[in-house]
Amino acid sequence: MLRAALSLLALPLAGAAEEPTKESPGEPPPGLELFRWQWHEVEAPYLVALWILVASLAKIVFHLSRKVTSLVPESCLLILLGLVLGGIVLAVAKKAEYQLEPGTFFLFLLPPIVLDSGYFMPSRLFFDNLGAILTYAVVGTLWNAFTTGAALWGLQQAGLVAPRVQAGLLDFLLFGSLISAVDPVAVLAVFEEVHVNETLFIIVFGESLLNDAVTVVLYKVCNSFVEMGSANVQATDYLKGVASLFVVSLGGAAVGLVFAFLLALTTRFTKRVRIIEPLLVFLLAYAAYLTAEMASLSAILAVTMCGLGCKKYVEANISHKSRTTVKYTMKTLASCAETVIFMLLGISAVDSSKWAWDSGLVLGTLIFILFFRALGVVLQTWVLNQFRLVPLDKIDQVVMSYGGLRGAVAFALVILLDRTKVPAKDYFVATTIVVVFFTVIVQGLTIKPLVKWLKVKRSEHHKPTLNQELHEHTFDHILAAVEDVVGHHGYHYWRDRWEQFDKKYLSQLLMRRSAYRIRDQIWDVYYRLNIRDAISFVDQGGHVLSSTGLTLPSMPSRNSVAETSVTNLLRESGSGACLDLQVIDTVRSGRDREDAVMHHLLCGGLYKPRRRYKASCSRHFISEDAQERQDKEVFQQNMKRRLESFKSTKHNICFTKSKPRPRKTGRRKKDGVANAEATNGKPGDLGFQDTAAVILTVESEEEEEESDSSETEKEDDEGIIFVARATSEVLQEGKVSGNLEVCPSPRIIPPSPTCAEKELPWKSGQGDLAVYVSSETTKIVPVDMQTGWNQSISSLESLASPPCNQAPILTCLPPHPRGAEEPQAPLHLPSDPRPSFAFPPSLAKAGRSRSESSADLPQQQELQPLMGHKDHIHLSPGTATSHWCIQFNRGSRL
Amino acid sequence: MGSRASTLLRDEELEEIKKETGFSHSQITRLYSRFTSLDKGENGTLSREDFQRIPELAINPLGDRIINAFFPEGEDQVNFRGFMRTLAHFRPIEDNEKSKDVNGPEPLNSRSNKLHFAFRLYDLDKDEKISRDELLQVCRGAPGELVLGLCLLIIVGRNCSFL
Repeated sequence: MLRAALSLLALPLAGAAEEPTKESPGEPPPGLELFRWQWHEVEAPYLVALWILVASLAKIVFHLSRKVTSLVPESCLLILLGLVLGGIVLAVAKKAEYQLEPGTFFLFLLPPIVLDSGYFMPSRLFFDNLGAILTYAVVGTLWNAFTTGAALWGLQQAGLVAPRVQAGLLDFLLFGSLISAVDPVAVLAVFEEVHVNETLFIIVFGESLLNDAVTVVLYKVCNSFVEMGSANVQATDYLKGVASLFVVSLGGAAVGLVFAFLLALTTRFTKRVRIIEPLLVFLLAYAAYLTAEMASLSAILAVTMCGLGCKKYVEANISHKSRTTVKYTMKTLASCAETVIFMLLGISAVDSSKWAWDSGLVLGTLIFILFFRALGVVLQTWVLNQFRLVPLDKIDQVVMSYGGLRGAVAFALVILLDRTKVPAKDYFVATTIVVVFFTVIVQGLTIKPLVKWLKVKRSEHHKPTLNQELHEHTFDHILAAVEDVVGHHGYHYWRDRWEQFDKKYLSQLLMRRSAYRIRDQIWDVYYRLNIRDAISFVDQGGHVLSSTGLTLPSMPSRNSVAETSVTNLLRESGSGACLDLQVIDTVRSGRDREDAVMHHLLCGGLYKPRRRYKASCSRHFISEDAQERQDKEVFQQNMKRRLESFKSTKHNICFTKSKPRPRKTGRRKKDGVANAEATNGKPGDLGFQDTAAVILTVESEEEEEESDSSETEKEDDEGIIFVARATSEVLQEGKVSGNLEVCPSPRIIPPSPTCAEKELPWKSGQGDLAVYVSSETTKIVPVDMQTGWNQSISSLESLASPPCNQAPILTCLPPHPRGAEEPQAPLHLPSDPRPSFAFPPSLAKAGRSRSESSADLPQQQELQPLMGHKDHIHLSPGTATSHWCIQFNRGSRL
Repeated sequence: MGSRASTLLRDEELEEIKKETGFSHSQITRLYSRFTSLDKGENGTLSREDFQRIPELAINPLGDRIINAFFPEGEDQVNFRGFMRTLAHFRPIEDNEKSKDVNGPEPLNSRSNKLHFAFRLYDLDKDEKISRDELLQVCRGAPGELVLGLCLLIIVGRNCSFL
């Protein structure tokens, strides 16, 4: 994308930059050339690349010293650098080169900046302040244009402007219209370093973006009036001018929204070609810009609306990596364009052939601009404050008036003027350059101290906490509800309507099914929490390990018996014959047991690098790096641990001693909540119940609808395996068999691997017994929004329901010699359309080949309803099973 | 302004409401006409059903809670006075000193009263404490309900230390 933009950028610049370099000899030498200098063929792109390189290097140099950049905005430095470079070029080439061409500026340099600002615009803030922004953008710009133009005309009438400047009222109005608009590039460049509070920023910045439509219209109308000559202008032309304001602004916005819609819709189907997602974003946004430009609508407005409108859906649709790519590329392009703009501005100012100086005009313009801006802001703010809940105070107004920076847009527009129609063009150019330089350099330099001195509320740089977001949503609903009660169709009412509409139709249409379920940041929060948990778990892993290792052999058997739950009793008494003879026979030394414990803990607790059989370089897929894999592993570990503790709370298995957890109470509480929700089946009432386990399941985005082979291969690469008995469970087995000496009754433990294998896996040649939790974790899998709650409840019910469903499935997976490929065994539960026990045939066969596991399976299933019944009487086993919507799938993308 | 509504509203009552809630005359008459249009039973009071008949409110995830806020403890009818008293919480805070009567009661739209009102919206069982369950319940209306709800199980479960 960048390259494409550059080469495009090269063309117009090349036209401008016809450098008189060494001409290649006219006739080529006859023989074979050993070396050939082909400067002309690469000249244009080479120059562009060089300019950008120079600009970037300059940026690096500026930022070498923190002191300079903290005092002087980058835009000032760039303009000054441009001046110096322009001087050098002028001295060397004896004529001004590389100027800011309006065509280049509008077609290539401006779009990335506007797209960046539109796409990353805080939409909530923007719409909250939309009224103020529109007022300043429309009324303010009109006011500035007319007052400045009229005042300059007055100045000329008063004889303060030299008579050389041949301009009538219309010319001055034209000049006023182009000089009045606050420039988004300059505002962004300066305000991003100042960090004023968000409201102030969004008002100034939003104004600078939205006033484009007004500027364009005013400029065009005045320009055509000037060209027609004031005598020929009729009353209908004025009406047309007013009408064109609406056409240009609304049309531009409409074009932007149409393209936003298209963009969102396209990204919905890029599941398999993730790599082009960022490209689509840029292409369609650029297409929106060009379309609007083509129809002579407000292109800036179009791109702004496109970015603003598509963001929500695009972000939900594209993959995490694409999101990062979009972000970085956009920022890179924008900052690149901005740098080049300011530098070229500086260079262009050197060209004295273009401008003619008139002190009266220049000074007058400067004063009028500042004065009328301030006056306009004060007047408008006074009106706005009548309606605003949080009024804009005086300090805000000062910053707003002072922050009205002019920039490259004005310069490009003034360059576009036709000298034959506007005889005073050169004077206008000079004045514009001075105004731009003054606002960017002087105001840009002083606004930071001013903001400090006035003690303007600064923005606090943190994302809103989850709590904040939640309560914000809550209050939105409350306010909307109150507006409903009062019957007042105000802002909250319409936002609420929009949200309903968005949820019902737009999101359904534009978002992937999996995407809009989990689109929220909250998922990220959850993910981060889990990572943090996992890391802390791994950190204290050694401790846990040693404590279990120590307590285990010496654990009094009575203790474990006492804590054995009903389920365990049931298992003991209700089981049939034990087919694993080794259970009784083997008597193991304490040393062996400790080894076993150690082994299992290591199996479970360490990061397991697995070999991946995947071509490391592919143009279409990006492989994840080791760090990321490690994170994922850690994440899996964490989820495994959770599952363990869920199970242990579930069965009341004697884990309280061996695994002291500080969060125990917390979990219990939330278990209670989950449990209650499950029981009541309605999000209405909650109550506390004893213990249950929360299992959040996840269906990975990738895994959503299909499971074709290519997908599975890809997933296999993640090295994820199905859920099996987790480590602690294994430990428990160790304990149980340790108890055997005391209570010799043959105890059948549902997990089928024989005790011997469990205990000493390496001895039975199945060292790989290690159990893995499926994928990243668990995600929530509602089928759609309507049935969402039911789904989630049912997934919660899974918490309440005993893991017996899980147990047979898990346990009948025999220790299975693992090949290069991990066996794939997604667990499908009855609610799923797919068969519920979907084992790969090989696995199932393997299971059957082992006598003990084949015997265990029916037995375990027999147990199911009983266990369910005992444990949770409030849940009939039927509902418990039918509502399973937990899936342990293997995708690992979040 | 207000032909039917203002005739039905007695002047002294209007004055009292004005004093209590701080609404202006025109606001009160406007709200009174809204009140009467909501009052299908035409008995001068609103019941819960009257509120639930508002279509937008019915789909608002927190609609029930707002409706509850209009009804005093243990009652299921609210008259215009009570209606206005609840709505007064949503008036903007006035900074100017003249509205601050030293001896008079605190205006309903004062910061503390607003906070108290918001607190009561959260506090379902009226024990002057917001429990985790209540917090969860309120937050359920937020978008991404499912994810939110379930993630909250985890997040709220840990003493909000993260938030």
